[in-house]
Amino acid sequence: MMPDGKTTAPPARRSAPEVTLAGLGKTYRGAARPTFTDLSLTCPAGRITVIVGPSGCGKTTLLRCVCGLEDTSAGTIRFGERDVTKVDAERRGVAMVFQNYALYPDKTVAGNIGFPLRMARMPKPDIERRVAAAARLVRIEDYLGRRPSELSGGQRQRVGIARAIVRGPDVLMMDEPLSNLDTKLRAEMRAELGALQRQIGATTIYVTHDQTEALTLADHLVVMRGGVIEQQGSPEDVFLAPRNTFVADFMGRMNLIEGKTADGRLTTGDGAEARLDGYPAGREVVLGFRPEEVALGPAAEGGLTVSAPIERRELLGTEVLVTLRLGERLLRVRVPVGTPLDGTITVSVPPRHLHFFGADGGRIDFAAEALPRRQVSSR
Amino acid sequence: MTKRSTSPFAPGQIAVHVALAAGAIFMLLPFWLMIRAALTPEAEIFSGNMLTLGTVTLDNFRRVFAEVPILRYYFNGIFVVVAIFIGQVIVCVPAAYALARLHFSGRELSLWIVLGALMIPYQVTAIPVYVILAQFGLIDTRSALILPFVANAFGVFLLRQFFLAIPGSVFEAARLDGAGAFHTLFSVVLPMARPALVTFGIFSFVSHWNDYFWPSFVLRSDAAATVPFGIVRFLDAELGSDYGPQMAAATLSVLPLLVGFLLAQRQFINGIAMSAGQVE
Repeated sequence: MMPDGKTTAPPARRSAPEVTLAGLGKTYRGAARPTFTDLSLTCPAGRITVIVGPSGCGKTTLLRCVCGLEDTSAGTIRFGERDVTKVDAERRGVAMVFQNYALYPDKTVAGNIGFPLRMARMPKPDIERRVAAAARLVRIEDYLGRRPSELSGGQRQRVGIARAIVRGPDVLMMDEPLSNLDTKLRAEMRAELGALQRQIGATTIYVTHDQTEALTLADHLVVMRGGVIEQQGSPEDVFLAPRNTFVADFMGRMNLIEGKTADGRLTTGDGAEARLDGYPAGREVVLGFRPEEVALGPAAEGGLTVSAPIERRELLGTEVLVTLRLGERLLRVRVPVGTPLDGTITVSVPPRHLHFFGADGGRIDFAAEALPRRQVSSR
Repeated sequence: MTKRSTSPFAPGQIAVHVALAAGAIFMLLPFWLMIRAALTPEAEIFSGNMLTLGTVTLDNFRRVFAEVPILRYYFNGIFVVVAIFIGQVIVCVPAAYALARLHFSGRELSLWIVLGALMIPYQVTAIPVYVILAQFGLIDTRSALILPFVANAFGVFLLRQFFLAIPGSVFEAARLDGAGAFHTLFSVVLPMARPALVTFGIFSFVSHWNDYFWPSFVLRSDAAATVPFGIVRFLDAELGSDYGPQMAAATLSVLPLLVGFLLAQRQFINGIAMSAGQVE
């Protein structure tokens, strides 16, 4: 747990392990269905793995299993070579940052940060040195004598983070650490957390429901739904080539149009139509594109062109979010401020920004289906 | 009192204060009569105005100290009350923690048993408990006053409710910080539970300090007598209808509680409000 309990320098990383979950299953006692079954995942050593998904998808349960707060029903958890599946939480050496901070209310900031070291029976002068170092790292050093109730939410979470990193943990868990903070603070802390993690180099598992946090912080991104990993990979891969309609919708809120391709057209079930050039005809597809990736006017060379009446306008600043009605479906597009917006508008999406999914929701790669002039985007 | 927009002379306000004043007089008058009688020479107690002090004397107190072994009663009382409370903390805190936070089979049943015990007045079990104490040869000792009260259902229940109000993540944080059940309990939970312990402590101190029934049940002599039992015993035997010394003795028996309350007033109010240890 404390291989280098005598070091006094702020936790500088050396040996963060890869965290491997193999065939992990969890069924809560008395629950009708398992929270997840046969879940396998590798979290790269020293990097941030972000698990993102809607509430109830099992991401927090997964995190709690990894740090030992919950038993697993099946499978193994390894930190590097070490099998920790049956190791008790207090001996697993995992540190955690909680959504509601979970500070000890009657201890000072210094007492909170130093608590894990006291439990590890570190000598007092060493504790003081390391508490000071950890506090400096999260810029809370001026508040060491205060109690949590005298701190703001952001300061409390800084204390929570300092307490988690003070031991120099190899594996660090973060359970929606920024969710209780206001928007501006959240953006600041997000950037700081990323920098801090690179500095200490612990293998980090970060759970969130916020796609911005997921994309900005992740080295390895895992999208979960209903206890199943829908997609994992680098955040670029996940964002640019979502594997199915769920990921497409959850990461970046794609517009999704179900329909059937015909020669140069896409017809939807409710009789609406859009121009679609350069794709095989007679296929049931779900076509996806993001609101940011449209251009004004008809497509110049292939791609999708939609002409539809405007339903709603919302000013976002330099852009306007326009809601269009295509048949019974609402589509969101972002256009520059000053675009004439009355009645109907024509927008287009170039082929590299179009995503196709089958009727089952899975991604279709038309490029791989012998259509060499189509390049489905995957940077 | 903070100022409110309502005028202090509004009819509603006046009515409320009259009612409160009447209640205060009703509750304080017996105390006044006790203190007055204790400080008044024997001969003047039933003469003169009951509401004012006449000649002030400490003779009654001197007589009590001279004729009643009141210091021994004090020592016994304090010893018993402190021992009971320490025992209660040792028994109730782990029990309450287990009932609130640990998962084990039979937890529900255990809780129901505690609740059941809460509903049984101790007079009901007095005879079986007496028999047990007699078997162990503990009758007429301080142990007979202490042991039956060490496991206290009210304490277990009160502390359990308090522990339940502590967010689970605090316990989890302690676990991940490397604290076992013992350290979690003593380094994290107990400091947080201070207001609950103080509240419970006050209930425990007051009821056992004042208790007359149980000492009169298990004591034979005044060797282990606590203050109320000792004083009553002595009054019956020696002081008969001497109201001055009687009231002086009564004053002496409530004095420690009064002093204790004045010292711990803030803690006491915090404990009743039970908010001091909460996490937001």
